[in-house]
Amino acid sequence: MVKKLLKGNEAFAEAAIRAGCEGFFGYPITPSTEFLEHMAKRMPELGRGFVQAESEVAAINMVYGAACTGKRAMTASSSPGISLMMEGISYIAGTEVPAVIVNVMRGGPGLGNIAPSQGDYNQMVKGGGHGDYFPIVLAPASVQEAIDYITLAFDLADKYRSLVFVIVDGNLGQMMEPAELPPMRDLDFITPEWAVDGETEGRERRFLSSIYIDPKDEEVTNIRLLRRKLEIEKNEILYHTEEIDDAEIVIVAFGTAGRVASTAVRQARQEGIKVGLFRPITLSPFPYKEIEKLADQAKSMLVAEMNTGMMLDDVSLSVKGKIPIEFYGRMGGITPFPDEILDEIRRINNSPPTDTDFNAREAWLDRLELIIEGEN
Amino acid sequence: MTETSIIISGFGGQGTLFAGQLLAYAAMDYGKEVTWIPSYGPEMRGGTARCIVIISDEKIGSPVARNPFAVIAMNVPSVNMYEPLVAPGGYMIINESLVDQKIERTDIQPIYIPGNDIAKELGNIRITNMVMIGALLELVQVLPVDELKKALDSHIPERHRGTLPINFEAIERGAKFVQEVLAEKV
Amino acid sequence: MVSETNNATLVYERPESLTEMPTFYCPGCTHGTAHRLVAEVLDEMGIRETTIGVAPVGCSVFAYNYFNHDYVEAAHGRAPAMATGIKRVLPKKMVYTYQGDGDLASIGMGEIMHAAARGENITVIYLNNAIYGMTGGQMSPTTLPNMKTTSTPLGRDVEVAGYPIRMAEIISNLDAVSYVVRRSLHNPANIRKTKKAVKTAFQTQASGMGFSMVEILSSCPTNWKLSPSKSLEFIEEQMIPVYPIADFKVNPEIKNIKG
Ligand SMILES: Cc1ncc(C[n+]2csc(CCOP(=O)(O)OP(=O)(O)O)c2C)c(N)n1
Repeated sequence: MVKKLLKGNEAFAEAAIRAGCEGFFGYPITPSTEFLEHMAKRMPELGRGFVQAESEVAAINMVYGAACTGKRAMTASSSPGISLMMEGISYIAGTEVPAVIVNVMRGGPGLGNIAPSQGDYNQMVKGGGHGDYFPIVLAPASVQEAIDYITLAFDLADKYRSLVFVIVDGNLGQMMEPAELPPMRDLDFITPEWAVDGETEGRERRFLSSIYIDPKDEEVTNIRLLRRKLEIEKNEILYHTEEIDDAEIVIVAFGTAGRVASTAVRQARQEGIKVGLFRPITLSPFPYKEIEKLADQAKSMLVAEMNTGMMLDDVSLSVKGKIPIEFYGRMGGITPFPDEILDEIRRINNSPPTDTDFNAREAWLDRLELIIEGEN
Repeated sequence: MTETSIIISGFGGQGTLFAGQLLAYAAMDYGKEVTWIPSYGPEMRGGTARCIVIISDEKIGSPVARNPFAVIAMNVPSVNMYEPLVAPGGYMIINESLVDQKIERTDIQPIYIPGNDIAKELGNIRITNMVMIGALLELVQVLPVDELKKALDSHIPERHRGTLPINFEAIERGAKFVQEVLAEKV
Repeated sequence: MVSETNNATLVYERPESLTEMPTFYCPGCTHGTAHRLVAEVLDEMGIRETTIGVAPVGCSVFAYNYFNHDYVEAAHGRAPAMATGIKRVLPKKMVYTYQGDGDLASIGMGEIMHAAARGENITVIYLNNAIYGMTGGQMSPTTLPNMKTTSTPLGRDVEVAGYPIRMAEIISNLDAVSYVVRRSLHNPANIRKTKKAVKTAFQTQASGMGFSMVEILSSCPTNWKLSPSKSLEFIEEQMIPVYPIADFKVNPEIKNIKG
């Protein structure tokens, strides 16, 4: 296969099809709509299920139903639409059926705007719906990675009977990059033994639900979900590093912010600054241990995000106060430029922070206000 | 420099997004790394349409750049927006047919090219974008100009194949215009 | 020539209920016309200062920029619920929603049905352009059979995507509603009739008679991929046969209030 110039959303949708997605249910919303439009064209052509639902509430419940049959099912949306899906998401988690959800994030809260953002980190990683559950969250940073991780998402969903979110920002959904799609997978899946597939001949009837009236039973479920989470933590952590071996400053950034940081790292290296990049790919499970190890080697960390510092909290948990952590973020749909991160690297290099107990967010806000003033 | 950032900016309908895509195809076919990001969403309707293309020998980090190395400005708002932003030593290719002003900066090189007029002369105003990227590649030698033609040949939708010759001509005219301007300067 | 200007009668004046902000709608889009009609009615009834509008999510998401009176902006489809909340705490205010077909008949079907079923004393201005304008031309519940959209690339196949939903007819069946009609903006005569209906709808609310809705057939040249004039023909020739212009429910007492 050769690489083709692929448009983010369309390539993601095609990747899902090739991974064996048999049901897509969605509702138009910028900047994810091309995903739905590609599915509208391709799924009927292949004799697979497609519905443009009347709302995201309906869409996620269609996914829920399709997932209960053991078929690979999914939806794709963007932030406000994902919010609307939260109820169904919790039901899917409670029923322990696999489902893949792509969130092409945009600026918020509220209607916000359609520009790229990473402001849904907490909603995606920490839950968002009601009750105790733990989705897997993958954060690709290029069209190719998104293709690869959407494929992986279906495998992980099936393996753990889990919800898997693939989160990208609007940049990735809208951009074109050379990338390669996997070959079309045969639909030779073995129907799982839990699936409500209507083939009751010769077997007991099956029943799927998220209801456990007796609290004891619900607690058993909670324990099972937590055990599964711990197992996922052991097996499935993914991350990407650049220039990390001798790095004294480690930048932690995911998705597009990670790519922007990568450019800044290369520029800073040319200036002789010992800086490296750690880019988590699984945001849940989060690579706490791996980041902690880096804290033993590096002198400081810089977390860069397109939000108010949501992952910063998880990095702090990893670092356990061993070294100072600084933060740099842009919000509201603004993508930072590499020079902003480079300036931060230089600043940290020139006057290395020593205090491990200061408020990184507050210090950053003070710097940011000056930066915004300079931009206007 | 191994990384070149190019912004193509104009009104919706001037073909800026397609010109950027063509550039991206050409870069990919030539073996380069490339990214293309458009301005997107309903704000594009009737407003500005622009895209940023980054071409590199190495894996591309940031797909956005504050200070593009080259800007194709198809209209006045694009000139005003990007004149302050072009990287020092960079280029601005300005559609003189619609822009009745000169830039003030002296640390970047402008080329004023009557894009619409050349396209009209060739018989189709809609190929102004091709004139402009022909000029761009002649000026910013990140890929040979011929790569654009090859890319157009291999990626043009079948129903538009008939327009290949006139598009080729537009690319060549853009390149030739730049050659002449540069020759005059020597 | 000065004399000519002096003799001319003023034919166009911006209603006070509109701001000076130029609208950002595409050429040939009828949202602007509908805004104007609503604004003129508010002016004529002298209720600009006591009216609260609820904007939808859709191309008219910025309606609150164009209308020179109080406005709120709802989540997608939830305008009737938001309007209900407003009206219930401010029953003396005039409250209306302005919604598209995706907003009202798709994601907001629940909210509109129940607001109507409760007989909420609000007015709904419902623009039906048979497509999702803002997100770039996907199928809406009111898309015509076989009509091509970006999510029905082969045309709306009624076997899988169902048939157009006639909201005015459906809502007129609810006991609590007082005034439900359909009008169109495809030519000046119909625009005038639309304005009359909008006025009656607001008058219905003003006299406390409960739920009123005017469904207005509208054009979307950009996403229909037709010229503005062809779009008006499309309304007349394609839409009206599916969405007849008619009065579906008119509370007999409305005669009295109109005087
Ligand atoms: C929860 C949610 N889902 C999706 C969207 C994206 N969205 C914005 S407008 C729109 C459709 C609007 O269509 P319509 O109501 O027909 O109005 P028009 O744009 O045609 O005037 C959609 C799907 C959103 N804003 N919020």
